[in-house]
Amino acid sequence: MDYNYDIEQDMDKLRDYIDYLRIIKNEPGAVMPALQRAQQDYGFIPEAIVDIIALELGIHTSEIYGVATFYSQFRFEPKGEIDIAVCTGTACYVKGANDILTELTNLLGIKNGETSKDGKYSIEGIRCIGACGLAPVIKVNGDIYGNVSSKDIDKILKKYR
Amino acid sequence: MKKEILICGGTGCTSSKSLELLDEMKKLIVEYGLEEKCSAHITGCLGFCEKGPIVKIFPKDTFYTKVQPEDAREIIETDIIKDELVNRLLYKLPGTEEEIPSQDDIPFYKKQLRIALRNCGIINPEVIEEYIGYGGYLALGKCLEEYSREEVIDIIKDSGLRGRGGGGFPTGLKWEFTKNSESDEKYVICNADEGDPGAFMDRSILEGDPHSVIEAMAIAAYVIGAKQGYVYIRAEYPLAIERLGKAIEQAREIGILGDNILGTDFSFNLGMKFGAGAFVCGEETALINSVEGQRGEPNPKPPFPSTSGLYGKPTLINNVETYANIPVIISKGAEWFNSVGTEKSKGTKVFALAGKVNNIGLVEVPMGTTLREILYDIGGGIQKGREFKAVQTGGPSGGCITAEDLDTPIDYDSLVAKGSMMGSGGMIVMDEDNCMVDIAKFYLEFTLDESCGKCTPCRIGNKRLYEILCKISDGKATEEDLDNLEDLSNIIKDTSLCALGQSAPNPVLSTIKSFRKEYEEHVLNHKCPAKICTSLLEYKITDDCIGCTKCAKICPAKCITGAVREVHVIDNTKCIKCGACFNGCPVHAIVKE
Ligand SMILES: Cc1cc2nc3c(=O)[nH]c(=O)nc-3n(C[C@H](O)[C@H](O)[C@H](O)COP(=O)(O)O)c2cc1C
Ligand code: SF4
Ligand code: SF4
Ligand code: SF4
Repeated sequence: MDYNYDIEQDMDKLRDYIDYLRIIKNEPGAVMPALQRAQQDYGFIPEAIVDIIALELGIHTSEIYGVATFYSQFRFEPKGEIDIAVCTGTACYVKGANDILTELTNLLGIKNGETSKDGKYSIEGIRCIGACGLAPVIKVNGDIYGNVSSKDIDKILKKYR
Repeated sequence: MKKEILICGGTGCTSSKSLELLDEMKKLIVEYGLEEKCSAHITGCLGFCEKGPIVKIFPKDTFYTKVQPEDAREIIETDIIKDELVNRLLYKLPGTEEEIPSQDDIPFYKKQLRIALRNCGIINPEVIEEYIGYGGYLALGKCLEEYSREEVIDIIKDSGLRGRGGGGFPTGLKWEFTKNSESDEKYVICNADEGDPGAFMDRSILEGDPHSVIEAMAIAAYVIGAKQGYVYIRAEYPLAIERLGKAIEQAREIGILGDNILGTDFSFNLGMKFGAGAFVCGEETALINSVEGQRGEPNPKPPFPSTSGLYGKPTLINNVETYANIPVIISKGAEWFNSVGTEKSKGTKVFALAGKVNNIGLVEVPMGTTLREILYDIGGGIQKGREFKAVQTGGPSGGCITAEDLDTPIDYDSLVAKGSMMGSGGMIVMDEDNCMVDIAKFYLEFTLDESCGKCTPCRIGNKRLYEILCKISDGKATEEDLDNLEDLSNIIKDTSLCALGQSAPNPVLSTIKSFRKEYEEHVLNHKCPAKICTSLLEYKITDDCIGCTKCAKICPAKCITGAVREVHVIDNTKCIKCGACFNGCPVHAIVKE
């Protein structure tokens, strides 16, 4: 998906963020908290932010990308308005999480890890949210649905449209 | 006597609205003016996730299951005001439907022994006084005032405690090594990464009893001579982070953390470091790299962290559950602890029991309990009365155990002897509807995703292994592929740098060993007996079809035909097995064959 991130519009947030970078700057291992805070503030890691981290912490962007791409939590594009997470822990898998992912792809035309072109939907497989008693579990915009079958997906998504 | 309403606040129960329930209870207590007579709190995970949200009421120890916010009023009116049981919310024994009002009499709890989970579900994890009220921080005081560092190590050694993070290394020995490493600076780390899909015990301990981990880490720091500790925890576990953060703050406020703890010259600070979702970061050398802010790639060992860990300094790394055992061992003594368990595995182990078993949840049992006891006595047997097929233990590093080994007493060594592992304690139960080729594929896909890619056997070897498994589940494999699968697995095990690669082929080897026939069915007869491997099955429309035409409209391959109000037909030569028709049919007329 193409996205335009207008950093000018977000100046206040950005100032806070840069203040934060200056606080952690001298701590060892500041890259991880820097990325984590960006992910928390923006929901993803905008390219411009990577440049700012590089500038403030005095390290090369390639090093930051090296760290950021290693961890599955960091994403470089925003999530969809309707953010769907499917638990793919073992307990959910043995009870049919894969069928749920397939059905989501059928319905939305995007695969696990993708955001739809219009920015409306994103699907993400996550590992074990710790509610195995409800398996299989999906999370839509933070709401948790347990004992879901692939046949229920259409109905659940209707609530968000 | 004042009644206390405890509401389970574990991830399982909060996912099914237990926090709304708490709010509702609190509101009603005010509405009925019952503030003098009762109070409502949140507690840590009670383990019985299948029946959540769980509500317990003290002093009678009443145990209510599947309580919804709408039930709050009835509980207040009946239990609190009239002092009568709300029968419809009690646990009912499957089969006889007998109502069981108290926790201790429920079969799920009867065979359990809660040591690591002793406070989970009993205390309010957000109130340090409650932890102290249950004997918390006494062990730390005892260590600082009465025991020398050597004496503490002797107690841990004598207890026989082994690491609960997977490998089972003797904890006392590890503490001794780290203590004996000369250095001006040392660190203690708690490994709370818990990336194992299907395991949630460490998170539950941090959510339900964070102070026990803080106390143990302070004891460990005193023993090895560290001033700084870190809990490495996944950013994806917000509840655990929140509760641990509060606990650290409270401990700091009353002088349990910080300078001159409890008036002694011992000082210790504790912080959190957040993981960002990479399974390999649970491996201790990778974890250290990650704490240092680098890519979480493992390093060759030796040197072990006990001599060269965080910032090159001696570092003690233990698992959450390992730490949770420490304070009780100090308080009650080594002998008390090692009287529980088997000869070489002492104490208890917490398992996350999940999959096709009736009572899903967290269970803690003495080492040496048999799988049959866990599955049938505690777990209540297989869901929907289906046939038990296998139980997967040890997560991605482990293997499957079949019906013939159900009576093995489980401990570290017996599980390895059966081709599996204790691992962190995930226990996934499978029935006849699960395909073992598919399960092996699932775990391998997981390790592939999570491999750091540093060494070739793991990066490329596992990829090839995965491709062969895909060929098998697509029905395109030959017998030669089956042999290759085993050879390649053994090579990967022998040549990978870290335990992730070294154990990645375990689920493959173990399922081939126990379920060779099922693999052969796929290879020779192109059939998936469990009807899971999509390429090997066909969708068919039965006579139940009412001819609504919905399936024909949604089929992306346009291979369904039929007139309105007549039975439709699928052209299986064109079907891409997407399952859209199966999911969409309003009368469930489409079946997999
Ligand atoms: C790939 C991999 C992942 C691991 N994940 C964890 C984990 O999530 N939690 C944990 O405590 N140990 C994990 N371990 C084991 C740790 O490396 C280490 O042995 C353990 O934390 C030591 O603590 P213990 O002696 O108390 O068990 C993992 C090991 C490997 C190879
Ligand atoms: S075995 Fe895999 S995870 Fe371990 S170091 Fe090698 S590539 Fe990385
Ligand atoms: S499974 Fe998919 S492709 Fe096959 S008939 Fe059904 S809808 Fe069409
Ligand atoms: S959706 Fe079901 S009922 Fe409707 S035409 Fe297809 S098979 Fe028949």
